[in-house]
Amino acid sequence: MTSLKFDDVKIGDTLPPLTLEPVNRTTLALFAGASGDHNRVHIDTDYARKAGMPDVFAHGMLSMAYLGRLLTRWVDQRQLREFGVRFVGITHLGHQVTCTGRVVDKFEADGEGRVKLEIQTANQYGEPRVVGEAVIAL
Amino acid sequence: MIDKKFIGKVLPPFCAVAEAGQLRLFAKATGETNPVYLDESAARDLGHPTLPLPPTFLFSLEFQQPDTSWRDELGIQMSRILHGEQSFTYHRLAHAGDVLRFESRIADIYDKKNGALEFVVRETRVTNQQGEHVADLRSVLVQRNG
Repeated sequence: MTSLKFDDVKIGDTLPPLTLEPVNRTTLALFAGASGDHNRVHIDTDYARKAGMPDVFAHGMLSMAYLGRLLTRWVDQRQLREFGVRFVGITHLGHQVTCTGRVVDKFEADGEGRVKLEIQTANQYGEPRVVGEAVIAL
Repeated sequence: MIDKKFIGKVLPPFCAVAEAGQLRLFAKATGETNPVYLDESAARDLGHPTLPLPPTFLFSLEFQQPDTSWRDELGIQMSRILHGEQSFTYHRLAHAGDVLRFESRIADIYDKKNGALEFVVRETRVTNQQGEHVADLRSVLVQRNG
C-alpha cells in the first residue's frame, strides 16, 4: 500500500485500473451466497426469463464491490469518506469489467485534505455500466 | 403504483453481525487478494482488531433484516426491481464480530415516464455496539412496470 500525500496528488491523476475476469454463472452464484442477495434474477435463468430478461445478469453490487477494490488498492479503507454510484447499464454474462478512477477535485473538510474521484466500471466494449464518485482523505 | 403515503415510513430496526468466514467468502467472490480482508494477522498488523468489513459489505448486512413485510406493504415485486443507485457515507470502520444496528426509513417515493418506472429511496443509519456512528447508506430501488 502506497502512502499518498495530499500534495502529491493532482487533479487529473488516474488510479491504476482494475480489470476482472469475465462474469460467468459461477461468479454470480458465489456473489449471491457471499453478499446475501439471493434475488433469483441473478442465479436462476428460468426466473430471469419470466421477469423479461434474456438471462441472469450481474448484481449491481458486484460491480460496486469491484470499485471498492479499486479504491482500497489505492488507499487504506480508513481514508474512504464517501462512495456512491448509479447503475446505468446491466453487466451481462461474458462482460469483462474494468474499473477506473480519476481525481477531479481537491479540497479541505473537517480539518483534513480530501480528494474527489470520478469512478466507473465499463465492459469490454467500453460501455459505462456503473458510474459514481468517491471522496478520500489524504 | 407505490403509494407516496409511505414516504417517511420507519422500517423495523435490527442488528446484524458480520462473521469472519462470511467476509472471507465475500473476498473470494469479489476476487479480493489484499490480505487485510482475508487474514486476521495481516489485519492486526495494519492496526485493525480483526478483519474489516469491505466498503460495500454493510449493504449485504441489510439483507439480514428479519422483517421484509414492508416490501409487500409498499407493493414491491422483487422480480421487477433493479438497483438504481447506492451510496455510503463512512464515519468509522466496522469489523468482524461487531454488532451493528440498522435503522432505516423510506426517504422518498417518486415515478418517471408516467409511472412506468417507480423509485423507492431507503436511507439507513448504522451504529455499532458502542453506539458509535459507523455509516449512512442510501439505496434507490427502481420498479419496472409494464
